[in-house]
Amino acid sequence: MNFFSQFGLYLIFLKGMFSKPEKLSVYIDRTITEMNNIGVGSLTIVIIIAIFQGAVTTLQIAYQLISPLIAKPVIGSIVSDSSMLELAPTITCLVLAGKVGSHIASEIGTMRVSEQIDALEVMGINSSGYLALPKIVAGLIMIPMLVIISIFLSNLGGVLAGEASGILTSEEYLQGARESFLPYNLFFALVKAFTYAFIITTVSSFQGYTTNGGALEVGASSTKAVVYSAVAILFSDYLLAQLLL
Amino acid sequence: MIELKDVRKSFNGVEVLKGISTKFETGKVNLVIGSSGHGKSVMMKCMVGLLSPTSGNVFYDDRDFTNLEYFELREVRKEIGMLFQGTALFDSLTVEENVEFTLKMFTKMTKAERRDRVNFCLEQVNMAGINDKFPAEISGGMQKRVGIARAIALDIKYLFCDEPNSGLDPVTSRLIDELLQSITEEFNITTIINTHDMKSVFDIGDDVIFIYEGTNGWSGKVKDIKNSDNETLKRFIQASQFD
Repeated sequence: MNFFSQFGLYLIFLKGMFSKPEKLSVYIDRTITEMNNIGVGSLTIVIIIAIFQGAVTTLQIAYQLISPLIAKPVIGSIVSDSSMLELAPTITCLVLAGKVGSHIASEIGTMRVSEQIDALEVMGINSSGYLALPKIVAGLIMIPMLVIISIFLSNLGGVLAGEASGILTSEEYLQGARESFLPYNLFFALVKAFTYAFIITTVSSFQGYTTNGGALEVGASSTKAVVYSAVAILFSDYLLAQLLL
Repeated sequence: MIELKDVRKSFNGVEVLKGISTKFETGKVNLVIGSSGHGKSVMMKCMVGLLSPTSGNVFYDDRDFTNLEYFELREVRKEIGMLFQGTALFDSLTVEENVEFTLKMFTKMTKAERRDRVNFCLEQVNMAGINDKFPAEISGGMQKRVGIARAIALDIKYLFCDEPNSGLDPVTSRLIDELLQSITEEFNITTIINTHDMKSVFDIGDDVIFIYEGTNGWSGKVKDIKNSDNETLKRFIQASQFD
């Protein structure tokens, strides 16, 4: 019952955001700022994760597939497909759920408990639209970009690990990656990225916006934002795979 | 003028406001007094639209605030300024950006015009020259004054203050009181102040409403308070050591 009432409130929250902006230029400015926070601010962690993710996957695939009957480019094809279909979108977005999601929830939650959201409402500003909409738009623009960067760097990590360990050359890796490349896989990765971006930004904004109490509750909202986003990402991961593959 | 007609508010079946009717006159400092938990803040939140009354109406100069459409409501809200108990300044914005906020959102002023208006408002509250400071870098009293400057940035008609003296030393409290009184007179606005501070009541109050257990326990002129035969009001004043 609690789930359904919370989900209902979440939908009402989403609906409440979409009213005519008080001033479009202010919303655009805020969106650009949020794009910087979400995109540029998360770049370092995405780079690190993507490179190691590709490198480790390459070593583990090679460990499982070492056989004279299996051509080495197969390793490249498996790693690149795995990166595109699952690792880059899902792992990257799970990490972003932690980093971006907790930041959004704690920022909006702190504004709620310190009456800053009440101040916005008294001024006649649609507080949910003003606070959450720029974050959602920024997330929808920047998170798919981060996923594309992650796909590229994951493959780079695979190439580097293959060369460094002597398991396969970069030519062999790229040959495998090229041969198995399907544009639909990239489309699938982007569908996932958009879906996860929406989940992370809206769930976290909602958790922050509905915070009640003080500092302790802000922390609790932040934790809930990460947990609920992660669960929703995993659930939609399965659903999208079932529907689109 | 703001008028409340039989305003009631319940939370989970518990009635906090039990049918309050009163008027707040323009150009006067209207004070709302009463013990904690008797409904002062709930009444103020119903008046500014942060809470919806369970029943009853709030009129802003004959506009029924409780039944307005979203965009009409927004127009009335542009005429409202509010000073929150904890100031509620936007902590990621500088003092200038805080005061400039509503101007940026609701006017077509140029940057230079906005800056002039911000400086004017900060001068009104004796806070000129701190434009680039963040709220965390200034004292509680200064934050209150910046909060007042932000509240009057647009040409407001109604100013609400929720316990403006809480957490302030007596000297700063008097300064805030004087400021609120002078702004009310200068801009001819309707000011409503929730307070426990009886010194404020006697120093700057014109009209007073005493909220007792969610009802209008007593209302009248400040000068008549001491002569009131209302026992609960007498006890409240005695407890405040101003009898």
